[in-house]
Amino acid sequence: GQKGKKKIKLKTVGQRYFIDGQREKKKQCDYPPCLLTHCESVDAQKIAFLLRKAWTLYSVTPLFRFHRARLTEYARLLSAFIAAEKRKGLAVEVGVELDIKVALTSLADLRGSELDQAALLVQLSSRSQASSRNSEDKLVWSGWFCSMFGDDFSENVLEDFTCLPLFLSHGAESYTTLVGSWFQKTFDCCFRRLAISPLNLSWMVAMWAGCKLDRAASAVELVFSVPCLSQPLDISYAIHPEDAKALWDTVQKTPGEITQEEVDVFMDCLYAHFHRHFKIHLSATKLVKVSTAVASAHCDGIVKILHSQYLPGVLMLLTELAISQIQ
Amino acid sequence: QKLAEAILQEKKDFNISIHLARSLPLPSERDHLRPRIDLIVFMIDIKSKYSLKNVETSLAYVDASFFLGKVCFLVTGVGRVNACSIDTNAVCKLGEAYCSPVLFCELELEGVRGATAQRLLRILQICAGHIPGVSALSFVSLMRKSDVD
Repeated sequence: GQKGKKKIKLKTVGQRYFIDGQREKKKQCDYPPCLLTHCESVDAQKIAFLLRKAWTLYSVTPLFRFHRARLTEYARLLSAFIAAEKRKGLAVEVGVELDIKVALTSLADLRGSELDQAALLVQLSSRSQASSRNSEDKLVWSGWFCSMFGDDFSENVLEDFTCLPLFLSHGAESYTTLVGSWFQKTFDCCFRRLAISPLNLSWMVAMWAGCKLDRAASAVELVFSVPCLSQPLDISYAIHPEDAKALWDTVQKTPGEITQEEVDVFMDCLYAHFHRHFKIHLSATKLVKVSTAVASAHCDGIVKILHSQYLPGVLMLLTELAISQIQ
Repeated sequence: QKLAEAILQEKKDFNISIHLARSLPLPSERDHLRPRIDLIVFMIDIKSKYSLKNVETSLAYVDASFFLGKVCFLVTGVGRVNACSIDTNAVCKLGEAYCSPVLFCELELEGVRGATAQRLLRILQICAGHIPGVSALSFVSLMRKSDVD
């Protein structure tokens, strides 16, 4: 939650942007130049794995005594842990006995500034023992830790701690639990599911609907869940992306900055339009999912990033959410 | 509804009548039958932006004299941070604009509901003039002091 006056500083090349958490809630929507986009050697292939996948979000407290040089050792230990848990009877796959291989990779360019820790990717692959020697490993689960401009958080942290507040997982939840418990035991950290409130979802849809896209964009969709009914009812409200962007352009006053008031005006326009046609007050319902051409997000903390250009911006927002859940 | 019952259940030595309304203005037909109003509590559900809008429009129908301490905003549902549809800063600004206190509570929990009922009852006693030496105007000056902080 928000506790008192919180100032979040975003360091960029030579400039500082201040966000005052108390009086005027502003966010910076043009992310500052970050290592991800400016590093010449960034392979589009490298980050391709991030796109178009549904990632489940978690907030992670700082890891104690995590050493990047020991990645192969950690991979070995995690692999042994998973094998041991399996033997204990916590089988994750029924039927074919799968041998799980663990790979830990450091993604040096996947971070915002020099002050961020580089992202850490964990991948679980299986090689079926029954198949031939030439069979390839099949990726069964992946998860990665990241920090995109989370410097405000890492500033105040002690030396032995590594700050990677955002964790994203894709794959069977049983694997997520296994990997999560190993990390929690080994580095004395804590994983928590990151839920996204309707308020934060409305920030996201406002920010992303206003993004400039060169290709034809998909519709902006908002899904609402209606409370207090005997049978749950979901309302889906789809808006043509150009209309949404046009509306946002009339609302946003300062390029590169968004205020809570602007987000409210944007949402109120959408609600009013819907009410005019259907006589339903969407503002009395719960916004549960938003979808744009840039990314989609669900209140249970599930996100899909669709556009590589805006990846840092989306990650920056998610990092901020993760940090506020930790604090 | 439950809050009203909780308030009535609290031990007190004076009579209260509670009128629940979805919005203002109250229907004018019963104006002459209505007793003196000592306190107006505007309830805002943190999960519903609509409730905030409703309160904002209803405020226009309240006579200015009520804002000398006889109005209070009650924000409910704060137990579930993840279902929040309203910016709490906006509610606090509303409280400041109307010089009225903003209370936060979670009515789903019986304990908190009881505590909230007690607080409202206390405020009501002061507003009705039952506490000698303390008037509703004290709320206004208390609000101003915390603002300076």
